[in-house]
Amino acid sequence: MSKDSLDSGGFDFSIIEKRLGVSRRVFLQYCTGVAASLGLSTKGAMAMAKAVAQPAKRPPVIWLHGQECTGPTESLLRSEQPSLEHLILDLISVDYHQTLDTGAGHQVEDIKKKSMAANKGKYLLVIEGAIPVKDNGVYCKIAGETMLELTHEAAEHAAAIVAFGSCASWGGVQSASPNPTGATGAPQVLKDKTVLTIPGCPPNPANFLGTVLYFVTYGKLPPIDDKARPKWAYGRLIHENCYRRPHFDAGRFATEFGDEGHKKGYCLYKMGCKGPETYNNCPSLEYNNIGGQVWPVGVGHPCFGCSEEGVGFEKPLFSLADVKTHTPPNAFPDIADREDSSGVSITAAAAAGAAVGVAIGATAVAASRLSKKDTTDENSEG
Amino acid sequence: MSAHKVLRQRLITFPFMLLLAIFLVSLYFMYQRFVVGGMGAVSNLNGGFAWGIWVVYDVVIGTALACGGYALAITVYVMNRGQYHPLMRPAILTSLLGYALGGFGAFFDMGKFWQFYEIFLPWNWNFNSVMLEVGLCVATYILILTIEFAPAFLERIGSKKLLRSLNKVLFLFIALGILLPTMHQSSLGSLLISMGHKVDPLWQTWHFQPLLAILSALIMGFSIVVFEASLTTAGLHQDDENTLLVGLGRIIKWLLVAFVVIRIGVLAGQGKLGLIFAGGSSSLFFIVEMALFILPIFLLMVPGANRNASQLLVAAVCMLFAGAAYRFDAFLITFNPGPGYTYFPSAPEIMITLGIISLEIMLYLFFVKKLPVLHGAKHA
Repeated sequence: MSKDSLDSGGFDFSIIEKRLGVSRRVFLQYCTGVAASLGLSTKGAMAMAKAVAQPAKRPPVIWLHGQECTGPTESLLRSEQPSLEHLILDLISVDYHQTLDTGAGHQVEDIKKKSMAANKGKYLLVIEGAIPVKDNGVYCKIAGETMLELTHEAAEHAAAIVAFGSCASWGGVQSASPNPTGATGAPQVLKDKTVLTIPGCPPNPANFLGTVLYFVTYGKLPPIDDKARPKWAYGRLIHENCYRRPHFDAGRFATEFGDEGHKKGYCLYKMGCKGPETYNNCPSLEYNNIGGQVWPVGVGHPCFGCSEEGVGFEKPLFSLADVKTHTPPNAFPDIADREDSSGVSITAAAAAGAAVGVAIGATAVAASRLSKKDTTDENSEG
Repeated sequence: MSAHKVLRQRLITFPFMLLLAIFLVSLYFMYQRFVVGGMGAVSNLNGGFAWGIWVVYDVVIGTALACGGYALAITVYVMNRGQYHPLMRPAILTSLLGYALGGFGAFFDMGKFWQFYEIFLPWNWNFNSVMLEVGLCVATYILILTIEFAPAFLERIGSKKLLRSLNKVLFLFIALGILLPTMHQSSLGSLLISMGHKVDPLWQTWHFQPLLAILSALIMGFSIVVFEASLTTAGLHQDDENTLLVGLGRIIKWLLVAFVVIRIGVLAGQGKLGLIFAGGSSSLFFIVEMALFILPIFLLMVPGANRNASQLLVAAVCMLFAGAAYRFDAFLITFNPGPGYTYFPSAPEIMITLGIISLEIMLYLFFVKKLPVLHGAKHA
């Protein structure tokens, strides 16, 4: 890390200490960490730090809830990043969020309409939860309007749209067959718009924070894949970064809960782990920021593909995953016969035997001499 | 002046020539290992068994066998049994040789042995390495032993002034000489903890490893003192130290009882007693090893047996084999690094180890015949 890459250019971070109540060190560590997980350089971290330290104008955020359990919001609130409530609430101006709003009823609905009118084309729209489309969307109504109408209305003049959680990204649990309400994800409803998706049930708060920090710093959304997921978080299969992967490659599998392989931490593929077909960064980020392998595979349960459309809530929990990279071979390399493990050579066995023999022999000779000596001593004494 | 005497005997004897021959053969393989082919050319080490007899025998067992100085130092200086002091100097000599050659043996097992000096550079220490403590401690202890043995050399060259000043500070080194082995002999047990499930459940006692390691090291230390004194008596035709050895026998007996009780108790506490009778090679090796630990208890308990020098020697050898078996079993024989890996030392590996042992015995003979090591005056 060169010196000038972390050069703050005379920037005074003391305002951060006053405003957020975190030290400059903790703050820069946090920004560098986020930048690193986004694959940005330390320059990116510095830009992020400055953007957070002196936000020109906090981008207003309209946050809609559809059919869901509020999991994504709960997950975000429990994020242990340094003073999250400061960072996120100081960073963005959450003008409308049904879980966090202090007000209620007509008051908040009014604020939402005013904010959307005042910040036309500038606000960030976050959608959490699925949108029922069957029977014109009557199955989910807020303030007398259907979620379907509300979504279209808010998306019309949004600067960017983020679908947070699996429900908003592709429908989630309520879209599972038979899907009586016609639950649909935001990208499918807003076909003519770009909707960045952060799937997961719940999604990792770090994936949301990183994306928002990127948006605040650079004024645009990070690079996305064909399902509009940020590449930095969903670029790789869980299988690719899983620390149980070596067991997969070596053909060591747990076959049921509590068996020998399960106790030894073998690969959970044969128990239906969906890691091989699910794109997410769980193995590298884990959950709750406490380390200790806190995520399903880490604690011994197969991944069920919560963030992957067509996998989570769709495939049976314990059915075999469709391995995207390569399927395990029918025959594994024969590790029971390693070429560098040689057997016992006759010379070696002879040498080892001779050494032990000499030790025992010498003892026997010495013991007999000693007992003779004892006898002579006793005789001479007597 | 000194209570110790130089053994005025011929150095070049038939056994000495035999040892020299073994050593010369091992020199050829050392040349192969260090200059020509490297480690792979002479050893059977592989991806699963990164440690062979060079570590397990020369270091893990070798330094335990060299615990005579440590065990006696505790008896004489901590428990204040001055009557055992006559055994001290030869014990220090065997410890010095055992440790120095153990360090030398570790050299063979080092892939990049030319970087050995890094252990003396604190800024290069890796505090995450379990081996660091062992490495540092053993290296320091070799220096301490050299200082502890220095009086024998100084008496020989007649440097009285230096001897006097050394004697004034010697207590410091004696204290360190008790502290350091306590540390690294326990740590040799901790190495097994870090090997986790590769160690057979009968030997993987987790946090009891250090305790069992140091107890067995003490047993081996006392046994080697008995062994060495007996062989000196029988082989070099010296007056026997029988009365002293009898006293040591009593100490060892209780150490053995403690070891066996803790060993079995831990297995019971960890619910592993059934494994002893589960059949298979692990059970067999465990039973043989425990028999070697328990047999000496009976040998030492038979009334009158204490005074029988040959029986005492047999008991001591049993215990040496027991302690060695405990280590061999845990580190090599029942060690399971995964499917497909097997290990038995190659002939060159064994020859190098035998060469080191031969060198050790030759040096011992050399020192007792050239320096005042053995106790001279007849004692009560």
